[in-house]
Amino acid sequence: MPEGSIKDGIGASVRRKEDKRFLTGSGRYTADITRPGQLHVHFIRSVHAHANIKAIRKDAAAAADGVVAIFTGEDVAADGIGGPICGWVVTNRDGSPTNEPPHPILANGAVRYVGDHVVAVIAETLEQAMNAAELVEIDYEVLAPVVDLANAGSGPQIHENVPGNMYFDFELGDEAAAAAALDSAATVVELEVRNNRLIPNAMEPRAALAEYDPIDDSYTLFTTSQNPHLTRLVIGAFMLSIPESKLRVVAPDVGGGFGSKIYVYPEEAVCTWASKKLQRPVKWTADRSESFLADAHGRDHINKVRMALDKDNRITGLRVDTVANIGSYLSAFSVVTPTILHAPLLSGCYQIPAIYTNVKGMATTTAPVDAYRGAGRPEATYLLERVMDTAARQVGMDPAEFRRMNFIPKDAFPYQTPVALQYDIGDYEPPLDKALEMIDYKGFEARRAEAASRGRYRGIGLSSYIEACGIAPSAVAGALGARVGLYESATVRVDPTGTVNVFTGTHSHGQGHDTTFAQIVADKLGVDIGSVEIIHGDSDRIPFGMGSYGSRSLAVGGAAIAKAVDKVIEKSRIIAAHLMEAADADVVFADGKFTVAGTDNEKGFGEIALAAYVPHNYPHDRLEPGLEETAFYDPLNFTYPSGTHIAEVEIDPSTGVVELVDWACCDDFGNLINPMIVEGQVHG
Amino acid sequence: MTMVNLTLNGKQVSADVPDNTLLVTFIRETMGLTGTHVGCDTSQCGACVVHVDGESLKSCTMLAAAAEGASVTTIEGIAEGDSLHPMQQAFHENHGLQCGFCTPGMVMSAIELVQDNPNPSETEIREGLEGNICRCTGYHNIVKSVQAGAKMMGG
Repeated sequence: MPEGSIKDGIGASVRRKEDKRFLTGSGRYTADITRPGQLHVHFIRSVHAHANIKAIRKDAAAAADGVVAIFTGEDVAADGIGGPICGWVVTNRDGSPTNEPPHPILANGAVRYVGDHVVAVIAETLEQAMNAAELVEIDYEVLAPVVDLANAGSGPQIHENVPGNMYFDFELGDEAAAAAALDSAATVVELEVRNNRLIPNAMEPRAALAEYDPIDDSYTLFTTSQNPHLTRLVIGAFMLSIPESKLRVVAPDVGGGFGSKIYVYPEEAVCTWASKKLQRPVKWTADRSESFLADAHGRDHINKVRMALDKDNRITGLRVDTVANIGSYLSAFSVVTPTILHAPLLSGCYQIPAIYTNVKGMATTTAPVDAYRGAGRPEATYLLERVMDTAARQVGMDPAEFRRMNFIPKDAFPYQTPVALQYDIGDYEPPLDKALEMIDYKGFEARRAEAASRGRYRGIGLSSYIEACGIAPSAVAGALGARVGLYESATVRVDPTGTVNVFTGTHSHGQGHDTTFAQIVADKLGVDIGSVEIIHGDSDRIPFGMGSYGSRSLAVGGAAIAKAVDKVIEKSRIIAAHLMEAADADVVFADGKFTVAGTDNEKGFGEIALAAYVPHNYPHDRLEPGLEETAFYDPLNFTYPSGTHIAEVEIDPSTGVVELVDWACCDDFGNLINPMIVEGQVHG
Repeated sequence: MTMVNLTLNGKQVSADVPDNTLLVTFIRETMGLTGTHVGCDTSQCGACVVHVDGESLKSCTMLAAAAEGASVTTIEGIAEGDSLHPMQQAFHENHGLQCGFCTPGMVMSAIELVQDNPNPSETEIREGLEGNICRCTGYHNIVKSVQAGAKMMGG
């Protein structure tokens, strides 16, 4: 069957199937869920960046109206509850491992950032819990904070087992080769660039609702997660030490993640733990202030960059020394983000023979920092593109032409960079040319002069980027320190009437999987997308999956779905051949029909589905009944989209206000399943 | 406790609630209509926008008791059966939503914007929706949606 022949198949800008529930107020987010008898937890958070806890007096609060329980770090320790774990660590330059300090779900003896969880007050209503929290007295011995990243190493030590406040000291590339290039360079370009910290701020604040079922000693946790199975694994195996099978994690509709909902946080573990202790459901919903304080933050790097150019202005070497603020504790992917997801991107779109980078991950008394939108890769692109501009200015070249002459030529692929990655394919000039044309690059000087006549400064900036998307493969990730696999899973279950249920290990929190994934299935099976249901987010329903982050849902999860559909088609072909008394090889599948080649003998996909579940006339010697297939897909490489974006801005010098006046971009994303959704993702 | 009586999506409702109950809490928890969202609880994000006597208001900043006798419309109350309101349809057609969390407030604000200004310019839409924050779309398709919605509403 030719792909794209179905109206709503691959390549069509199908309007989203999930829209109706969101547009009518029928979305089901964690905070919308209520369980009978639920209690509410309010967290008392540290108001100090760094302090020892000397005493917690909770008697008055415990006696307050509606209070059911008050838990502190001592209760957590007494029950042997573990903390969030780091999911990916690195080996230091000297061969030693990453320093991993303990991270209790309620502070035990010390607090290490403003917002750190100290006391859980649980009451019949949220208001009662908040009122009772006012009655809890905490004596702190305030310690000096460590908030200056550049000097974090000389500040007071934050964790016993993190000397010099350094969690890790990572390197990648050839230090000697980069030094040689810099020593022999015609031009050395130097740049110090800060990538500021930011707060992810998904529109939906994090929330959790846990319920314990004493009959089969099991838990259900509804939570705002991008990856329910990872949450189940971490809470089950590492925090509560219960069999994974006794914990069901449901991430229903999730109102944006941007990375911040990948990680397992103390709050959801407290709810789960307390639901058994109190034998009642326990609910927590963050307010926006808590989101600011206690969601994992993003970025926060200081980079010192040195780039070597030869006499023809070709790049010969690059050295980047990065200090990354990891914050008070090691969040799940805090180590991999500024290292494995950052350092290998330092070659960008450019042919750079020698690259070396050193990344020091520092502890500070600030909120944990972890992956945010692109996670390490945009940070690498930012510093690289800044130094490309600086270099072009320094040697007096047009920044677009300086980039062009240093692009990896299109006949050099597959291209092995000096920083671990092998780019499979790429052609960087056409997107650059298109973006330059779209913004009328040649006409910029005239626009600048016109703006100057109005008293405004007009500037133009461009960025040519490459991304490493579809985070995987497992073996490579494992060799680089990952403690998880990075495949993705899918089960395709065809019903007797021919409707299709797709159970995916990825999670949609705005990306439109209900539609895009249905398009893949519709295209391959020749069915209407209306008959394809996408099921995600419930660990009791879906196969073990790794969730959505790192631009992996379609490239890895979508591919798993395609593989499972292929298995369904292969099984169906054998059933069809049996029913039509033909050889398997003579049966072709197109437009939803199995046909014996060269005849008009055909069976519709729905007929095959029915035959699989009502197997009266069936190839029992060759096949089991039923039509349901599962695939786990573990790719061999990342995917490498690329492109060029160009922005023009005007500054009003009297007020300093910057206005974005134009933006042009051309991205090479390969085959688009739903161009409308892809464009929407780029806008965002 | 205060007895609150109001019209919610065309139906008379009454409930005895604590005096300090916010309108959004009354809608979500007392009445169980969870389409109205709480994104910031400080009147900044607009996810909780509803119409009170035809005007769009942030329901996280208004006491339920202050809506006594009022007619309150939420995102659940604007479609006619299975037919979406033109503004809902316009958001669907123009991909004006992604995660859906800001969407109810965005649609409610947009409807009032167009009722007041049937043919808004892009600038007027951007200014008119300044009280509604979206983190997914970059607003581009929201502006397109509101322009299309305005046309469909007869502007």
